[in-house]
Amino acid sequence: MLIRKTSGIRSSEITSQSIFNQRREFLKSGIYAFAGLAMPDLALALADKPGKLKPIANLHPSKYRVDAEVTDYKWITTYNNFTEFGHGKSTPAKTARKFKTRPWTVEVDGECEKPGKIDIEEILSSFTQEERIYRFRCVEAWSMVVPWVGFPLGDLLKQFKPTSKAKYVVFETLHDPKRMPNQRYDGLDWPYREGLRMDEAMHPLTILSTGLYGEILPNQNGAPLRLVVPWKYGFKSIKSIVKISFSEKQPPTTWNGKAPDEYGFFANVNPKVDHPRWSQAKHRVLGGGIFSGREKTRMFNGYADEVASLYRGMNLKNNF
Amino acid sequence: MRVANKNIVIGKLLLFLLCLVPALLLLWDALQQQLGANPVEALLHRSGDWSIRLLLITLAITPLRKLTARGWLLRYRRMLGLFAFFYALLHFTVYLWLDRGLSWMEISVDILERPYITLGFVAFLILLALAVTSTRGMMRRLGKHWSALHQWVYAAGLFGVIHFLWLVKADYREPGLYMAIFIILMLFRAGSFKKRLQRAFSSDALRKLSSILRCYTSENA
Ligand code: HEM
Repeated sequence: MLIRKTSGIRSSEITSQSIFNQRREFLKSGIYAFAGLAMPDLALALADKPGKLKPIANLHPSKYRVDAEVTDYKWITTYNNFTEFGHGKSTPAKTARKFKTRPWTVEVDGECEKPGKIDIEEILSSFTQEERIYRFRCVEAWSMVVPWVGFPLGDLLKQFKPTSKAKYVVFETLHDPKRMPNQRYDGLDWPYREGLRMDEAMHPLTILSTGLYGEILPNQNGAPLRLVVPWKYGFKSIKSIVKISFSEKQPPTTWNGKAPDEYGFFANVNPKVDHPRWSQAKHRVLGGGIFSGREKTRMFNGYADEVASLYRGMNLKNNF
Repeated sequence: MRVANKNIVIGKLLLFLLCLVPALLLLWDALQQQLGANPVEALLHRSGDWSIRLLLITLAITPLRKLTARGWLLRYRRMLGLFAFFYALLHFTVYLWLDRGLSWMEISVDILERPYITLGFVAFLILLALAVTSTRGMMRRLGKHWSALHQWVYAAGLFGVIHFLWLVKADYREPGLYMAIFIILMLFRAGSFKKRLQRAFSSDALRKLSSILRCYTSENA
């Protein structure tokens, strides 16, 4: 079991003066009113806050935190697959620098009673922003541990009152080649599209993320709003979302459409189902340096206790 | 055009240093921890990139020599080829050791079952055979078979490029460029292509190679 309520504090997190100060600040801000929370929880939430972007107001800790070392902010923000901003892991951090994420609205439509639009500021203020420390496993066999900020996707979906016909949720990234330069070239079928089954979308682990490391999302990580589904390969966690639709049918999705034999619709992390070109049995945890080896990949990225029941009776080899 | 031997020696020294630059930069970046979030991948990619680049440059020497009528270019070809092999060796070592942690089960599955690795491996074996037989002594001993054997460098180039094309997820620009260069280089040779192919596959040449390799390994045993 890797989700636990409290975790021990590492000495590296309490030694630095700046972090100490952040903790003081946090105490003063009064959020510490959260009953029963041990100091280390809060410290971890705010440790190494990079101080580069706007802090998330009203950041709440949550019980969802893996018991593993959090990946450096530097690595999380310089090693990105965000094809809209170019190929190559280090490209998005440079080419997305000027990307403007305000104003930003998300349109919600399809099989629901109350289709409409919601502004990013409203999203930030009306949903409780929690810190969720999740393992993030890319289909390319690398992983990170990311202190996301976000809220359950289900909380937002419910507001639009999906009907009984809503079997799937479909997401779309912004399509604007002027702002997302690599959309001028092909490579992928823009706009990027992803989808979840309704039960997956409503699962408490599934979040819409607005930030990481206690601050709003850096552009290269999918600002201002992205999906995070920690038991699925990273490409499911679509970035810079402008549209959410409820659908009766399973929607076509980007990578699945490009190479159906390599990227499934479900894309659940599964060490037993290899990508045709490489093994998924192990992955490399980023930030470990040259001599750190690979680690064994776990079923559903270690979230089997929480999500395995969603797929009971399903052949996960065929529905990869 | 003839170039004095002294100039060739200086030229070779410069080329040697130039070919080492990517390796030194890699080493420098590794020591400075400047290889990013995934240093093993960076080492693997940069060594692979330089192997295929140097291999294509090696293949370009003959057409360039003919186009420019500069015979001395040929004198640099062996060094370029050996550096292509050097970077392939680095690439393979990074893969075996840093990437796969010398886990021989995984490695053999990769080589046997993943076509892009299989092709890379075959390209590496070819480069290895060519490097081993690149000395003057080997050239003499293999006689006319030497050039037949060294026709396989084209196969190594082709396999190297396909290896790259196959491993790419969506961005085909760089491997596509290399494939285009490879095809253009091949077109230069189209005339004599059939003859070369026959020579490369003549059983005579292969037999000669195996006997040479056998005596080479026993000499070194
Ligand atoms: C000895 C057998 C070889 C093995 C096991 C091997 C394995 C690999 C692996 C695992 C990758 C990275 C794949 C990825 O990131 O998805 C790679 C990339 C690459 N390899 Fe090899 N390889 C071999 C031989 C070669 C040879 C002989 C060449 C060149 C002639 C070569 C050129 C490349 C290139 C250009 C790349 C891509 C680098 C990039 O993405 O920038 N490889 N190889």
